[in-house]
Amino acid sequence: MSDPVQVRCRVNGTSMVLSGHPMARLLDVLREQLHLTGTREGCGEGECGACAVLVDGRLVNSCLFPLLHAEGTAITTIEGLEQGGRLHPVQEAFVAHGGAQCGICTPGMVLAAVALLAERPNPTADDIRVALAGNLCRCTGYIRIFESIVRAAQAQAGPA
Amino acid sequence: MPSIGHSIPRREGRAKVTGRARYVDDLALPGMLFGTTVRSPVPRGRIRRIEYGAGVPWPEFTIVSARDIPGVNHVALITDDQPWLADGQVNHAEEPILLLAHPDRELVEHARRQITVHVDPLPPVLTIEDSLARREIIWGDDNLFKAFEVKRGDVDAGFAGADVIVEGEYETGAQEQLYIEPNGMLALADAVEGVTVWGSLQCPYYVHRALVELFALPGDKVRVVQMETGGGFGGKEEYPSILAGHAALLAWKSGRPVKMIYDRAEDMAATTKRHPSRTRHRTGVTSDGRLTAMDIDYVIDGGAYCTLSPVVLSRGTIHAAGPYSCPNVRIRGRAVATNVPPHGAFRGFGAPQSLFALERHMDRVAAAIGLAPDEFRRRNFIRTGDTSAVGQVMRESIDVAALLDRALDASDYHARRAAFAAIPAGARVRKGIGLAAFMHGAGFTGSGEDHLASVAAVEATADGRVRILTSNTEIGQGTNTIFTQIASDALALSPDLVEIVQPDTSLVPNSGPTVASRTCMVVGKLVESAALGIRRTLEGAGLLGESYSAADFERACAEYVRRRGPLRATARYHPPEGVRWDDERYEGDAYGTYAWAVYVAEVSVDTATFEVHVDDFVAVQEIGKVIHPVLAAGQIEGGVAQGIGWALSEEVVWRDGRMANAQMTNYIIPTALDVPTIRVFFEERPYAHGPAGAKGIGELPMDGPAPAIVNAVAQATGADLRRIPLTPERLMEALDEERVGVLHP
Repeated sequence: MSDPVQVRCRVNGTSMVLSGHPMARLLDVLREQLHLTGTREGCGEGECGACAVLVDGRLVNSCLFPLLHAEGTAITTIEGLEQGGRLHPVQEAFVAHGGAQCGICTPGMVLAAVALLAERPNPTADDIRVALAGNLCRCTGYIRIFESIVRAAQAQAGPA
Repeated sequence: MPSIGHSIPRREGRAKVTGRARYVDDLALPGMLFGTTVRSPVPRGRIRRIEYGAGVPWPEFTIVSARDIPGVNHVALITDDQPWLADGQVNHAEEPILLLAHPDRELVEHARRQITVHVDPLPPVLTIEDSLARREIIWGDDNLFKAFEVKRGDVDAGFAGADVIVEGEYETGAQEQLYIEPNGMLALADAVEGVTVWGSLQCPYYVHRALVELFALPGDKVRVVQMETGGGFGGKEEYPSILAGHAALLAWKSGRPVKMIYDRAEDMAATTKRHPSRTRHRTGVTSDGRLTAMDIDYVIDGGAYCTLSPVVLSRGTIHAAGPYSCPNVRIRGRAVATNVPPHGAFRGFGAPQSLFALERHMDRVAAAIGLAPDEFRRRNFIRTGDTSAVGQVMRESIDVAALLDRALDASDYHARRAAFAAIPAGARVRKGIGLAAFMHGAGFTGSGEDHLASVAAVEATADGRVRILTSNTEIGQGTNTIFTQIASDALALSPDLVEIVQPDTSLVPNSGPTVASRTCMVVGKLVESAALGIRRTLEGAGLLGESYSAADFERACAEYVRRRGPLRATARYHPPEGVRWDDERYEGDAYGTYAWAVYVAEVSVDTATFEVHVDDFVAVQEIGKVIHPVLAAGQIEGGVAQGIGWALSEEVVWRDGRMANAQMTNYIIPTALDVPTIRVFFEERPYAHGPAGAKGIGELPMDGPAPAIVNAVAQATGADLRRIPLTPERLMEALDEERVGVLHP
C-alpha cells in the first residue's frame, strides 16, 4: 500500500490540501472529503461522463482521474459555477429549455458545455455534438441539450 | 394566466443544474454499513455449499441468508414465486443468495469475491424455443407464466376471402434501461421503529407492500421515501422492491443503517431488461389492399420469475394488431419462463415488441400486393366507431390518416422515397425512408385502474400555499412540473404558490405507480379534481368568490384554517362513464383512450461497414392536450433516441444465461453524435377524462422508431430484415444471405 499523499490544488476557487491514496479517484475525494455530491458516478469506467469536472478548464472524467494528478491544478465542479447566487448562463439555459430531465447527467453535461463555450463561443451544431460525445444522457435524446447550449451561447454573446 | 400549454421552468430544474438535487448515493448516516450481494454463478442448479475464503475478517461482517427472513421469502408482486434470497435452488445466473455488509466499502467488495458458491448444475432453458419445447419444465406445469387468446370474427373465413396471404416471423432482443443513476437504497430497520428506506425508485407503494410482507410488519411500520431519481424507464418499477428488501434485511440484522448502491456492471447484469420477443404473423389481404385476416402469435421471454410478465404480455397482445381495423383477428400471446434474470418493465411494456413485428410485417404485405407502405396502411386505419380486436368500440375521435398526412408532408416522404429508389445499386452509401403507424393505450390495461383505485390529495395552508400529495414520482419526465401546472390552473393561482410533497409513504396517499403513461392522464386528473375540491370548499364556506386574487385566496385559506382546521381535498379514481373491461372474457375497453402516432425515419446505410445512421426523424402524434410543450417534446425525443438504440445498437450479449457485455463500453446506447434531428409535431384532440384534456405520452415514442428505421433500411438495401437490434454484423449477414439468394435462387 502506498502512503497517503498531500495534494495542493484549488477547488471551485478555494486553495486546499487534499489527502489520500495517490490512486484515489478524484470522484471519491470530491464526494466524500469535500461533500461535493453534484459530481455523480454513472459507470466508473469513463464512459458516461456523469462524473465530469473541469481540471484547468479541461473536461475530465473524475472516476478515471487519480488524486495524485490533481497536484497544482484548478478544479471546477458543478457547485463552482454559480456566482453570488446567480446561475451560469449554461445552467439558466438548461432550466429554461429542457436540457435537464432526470438530472443525473446534468452536472457533467453543463460542465462539458461550459468547456465548449470557453473555447468556441459560437459553436456549430457539429461542435456541440462532438463536445458532448463523451457525456451520455438517456432521457432527452440530446435535442434539448443542444438547444440549451445554443441559447446559452446567444445569451453569453449579449443582445444582438 | 393559465400555465397549461406553456413551458414553465422545470420545478426542480435549479436543484438539478447546480448539483444540489439529492440522490440516494448523496445520503450518509452515522455508523452506516455498505451492503453487497453474493449471486449465483450459474443459470440453474442446486446450491451444495458456500465457501468463505481465507484472509477476510468474517466475524466483522453482517451476513444475511434466506434463513434470516422474518416474514415470507417471496417478493410480493403478481405471483409469489421469486425469493428474496435463493434457498437451496437457483433459477438464474446473478440470482441473490447472500447479503454482506461492513463499514468498509472496499473490504465488502473484496469479501464478496472471496465467497464461492458451489452449485450442482441443472440443465438450463435459455431461449423462447427451448422453453416452448418443454424438454425441461422450469416453471409451473408448462413453463408458461401467462397466455392470452384474442378472437374476433372468423380468421379461417378471412383467409379464404384473401387474394394474398403473407407470413413472417420477427424477433426483438433484450434491452437494458440504462438509466444513468444505478439502482440504490439506504435502509434503517429495527423491531421497534420498523423499516425506513430511501431510494431511487418509481413506485413507493410497490416497495412498501413488498417490505410489509418481507418483515411481517403493519403498514405504518414501513416507510418508503423516494429520493431524486436519475432515470427509470421501467427499470425502477419493480426491481427497487428487491434492493430495498436486501438493504433492509442487512439493516435489520446489523442494527445499523445500510446503503446498497449497485455498480454499473451489477446493475446491468442482475436487474430487469426489456423482454425479448418472437412474433409470427399470417395476414390475409385483398388485391386492393383490405385486410381480411390477421393471425398473430406473440411470445415473450419472461426470464426465471413471473415479475410483471403477465401485464407486459397483456399490453403487447392488445397492441399486436396495431392501429388497424380488420374483421377477423386471432392473437395468441404467451409469456414463457427461461433461466435468465427476470425481464421486466421497460417503457412501452410489451407494445414496442409486438408493434415492431406488425409494422415491419405491414411493409412486407404492402410490397406483396404492390401498394406503397403509406397507402396500404391508410386503407386499413381504425376509425372512430370501429371495433378493435378485443372488442373495444372506438368512441373517441380518431384520425390516424391525418397524422400520416402530416408525417408524409413533414418528411417529404414521397419525393425522398423516389429519390432513394433511384440511387444506383452499386453505390456504397444507400439511403432509405421508412414509416410506422401505431398507438399506445394510456393508463393500466383493462381493469387495472379500477383495482388500483388511486387517491391524490391537495392541501392549502394558512398562508395560501398549495401542496400536492401523490405517490407519483419525478424521474425526469416532469411530474413535478405538470402537476404544478394542473393544480395552479385549477385554482387560478401562480405556479409559484404550488409545492410538491416528496413521495414518502408516511405522508402521501397511494396514487398508484409511476408507470403505464398514467401519471399525467390518470393521476393528473385526480390532482385537478382535488385542487377544484379546495376551491369548492372555500367557495362553499363563503370565503372565496368566483374570481379572486392570490391575496384573496390566502385570506380565505387563513380564515378557513382558523375556523375549521387543516384544508385538504382528496380525489379517488373512478372509471369514466361507459368504460368497461371484462377480465374473464379478456374483452372490452382495454384502455380509456389511446395516443396515436406516425413516425418517419430516414437512414443512410454504408454497404462497406454495414453501419446505419439515422439522418432525419419525424414524429407526429396525437396526445390530447399538451400540458407543457418543452417537456412533452423532451419525452418524445428521449423515447425516439431509446428506440434508435433498441433498433440498431443495443445488443445484450448472452453467454450461458449471463449478460456478457454488462458495461457501457460495449453495450452501446446513442450518443450526441448518433441522434438525428428529431422533429416533433403534436395534434391535440382533448380527451374528456384527462386533466385539461391531456392523455398519456411517456411510452408512446418507444413504439415507432424501430419499425420505421428497419423499414427504411429495408428500402435502402432491399434486404428482408426481421430481427433487431440490426447491428452491423446482423445487417452484413442479412445482406450476404440476399446475395447468396441472388446467386443461387
